Amino acid sequence: MSDYILTKDYFIAVIEDLVVLVEEKKDYFIELDSAIGDGDHGMNLSIGFREVNKNLETWKSEDINTIFKNAGTALLDKVGGAAGPLYGGFFMKFGLPVKGKEEVDFDEFILMMESGVAIIEKRGKAVVGDKTMVDTLRPALDALKAAYTEEGLAPKEAMKKAVEVGEAGSDSTIPIIAKKGRAMRLGERAIGHRDPGSASSAAILEVFYKQMP
Amino acid sequence: MKRFINDPYDVVEEMLEGYVLAHKDYVELLTEGEAQGRVVLSKAAKKKDKVGVIIGGGSGHEPLFLGYVGPGFVDAAVIGNINTSPSPDPCYAAAKAVDTGKGCVYLYGNYAGDVMNFDMGAEKADEEDGIRVETVLTTDDVISSENIEDRRGIAGMFFVFKATSAKADMGGDLDEVVAAAQKCNGAMRTMGVAMSSPTLPSKGGPIFEMEEGDMEIGMGLHGEPGVRRGKIEPADKVVDQIMEPILADLPYVEGDEVYVMVNSLGATPLQDLHICFRRVAQILEAKGITIYKSIVGCMASSMDMAGMSITLVKLDDELKELLDYPCDAPYFTQL
Repeated sequence: MSDYILTKDYFIAVIEDLVVLVEEKKDYFIELDSAIGDGDHGMNLSIGFREVNKNLETWKSEDINTIFKNAGTALLDKVGGAAGPLYGGFFMKFGLPVKGKEEVDFDEFILMMESGVAIIEKRGKAVVGDKTMVDTLRPALDALKAAYTEEGLAPKEAMKKAVEVGEAGSDSTIPIIAKKGRAMRLGERAIGHRDPGSASSAAILEVFYKQMP
Repeated sequence: MKRFINDPYDVVEEMLEGYVLAHKDYVELLTEGEAQGRVVLSKAAKKKDKVGVIIGGGSGHEPLFLGYVGPGFVDAAVIGNINTSPSPDPCYAAAKAVDTGKGCVYLYGNYAGDVMNFDMGAEKADEEDGIRVETVLTTDDVISSENIEDRRGIAGMFFVFKATSAKADMGGDLDEVVAAAQKCNGAMRTMGVAMSSPTLPSKGGPIFEMEEGDMEIGMGLHGEPGVRRGKIEPADKVVDQIMEPILADLPYVEGDEVYVMVNSLGATPLQDLHICFRRVAQILEAKGITIYKSIVGCMASSMDMAGMSITLVKLDDELKELLDYPCDAPYFTQL
């Protein structure tokens, strides 16, 4: 048990920031996806998070898990494509380890991240090196755990490390071919382009970091 | 942007609203519950005790998928955002809407997003309603991978929809219907060429840049890069470059009989398609391959992309019977 506490208000603020982030970065994600996919990533995330934003007010009285479950369901329903099941799955599973809770400690936060990232890996059947969002999320999560539990960094410092490692993970998608998703069929022509999912994942992690007390 | 749209966020909903109004004799839009306004249902669905046939995928490929919903053809189409798979609940709702107790089959192109969402829809149909849903992925794009199971599905999926629907309407059980779908998918090959990017409404411009005067051989239905970009050449030379890999892949050989589709990706006129078809016919004749029937038109588009694709289906008596079976949908009727 740590005495570092993340409240429900923190998680609500994260969701509100994600809504803003997705609108701000929509065109950037569209550009990335146009290069090696079909250009839909930015627009679809925007459609999904607009739906989240529309309903967030009515969810605020629920516990953390229910709020994320609702947000995840909205993304799953509205986004479609691969991003819908992946990010929808992430948020639907994110609160599961802390069912019924109104605040969590940092150990629980790490469990939540693990629960969310695990469903992305399972559903996407992807591992690090496939040029997907897993290239950002898995190393970031491993770094978060190591920094907090092994190196003894303070929670926010550990999360900062995770964001940096996640960003490096996204960078690592640039020089490689894709083994999953629509870019898979491009072969060597995917080389030189950042994976859009890895970029949105890195941006999402940063929002979790920035809102931390 | 040279498109007639209102708010880019309303493109899919407004198109569906217009579609079901225009073709109200054929279809209705399911809006309640899980369908979320994304299931185009045939008015003939469940009128007959048969296996349900459900197709779907992203929008932006019209008349794929909704154009093929009607009696003798598919029972329902599930529609996603532009170039994006539909979400799981509408896939589930479609199964619930068409199942008569004989099970359903999902048919769609082999794309990661579609597979995830349709699989989740199928699981839900099984868990909550005990509906058996089988899936057949279409994989006709010869250039998209060496391995057939990794290939993406493009315009040729029309034939799989047609053959599978016929088998279901003839009273085939789920296994027989699935076998018909697999057989048709295995007998067809497609390859495309594009000369411009489609316009993405959310972007207000092209998905990707293409120099005026360039073409890309092998480009996919969403503008996925193909094998080679170069200057636009005369129609005959372009068709030659597409036919060669198609013929070599199955391979199609002397004595074969084929169904041919020359398909516009949206902006290419019928005039050009027929010039291309003429060359296809010349090549096939020289190879001793007989054309049984042909479709020349826009059957699977990429919005306003300029370009075309060619599909060959190698026929036997069974596939002929299935493809000739009567059907009546807004964008394809077989007497």
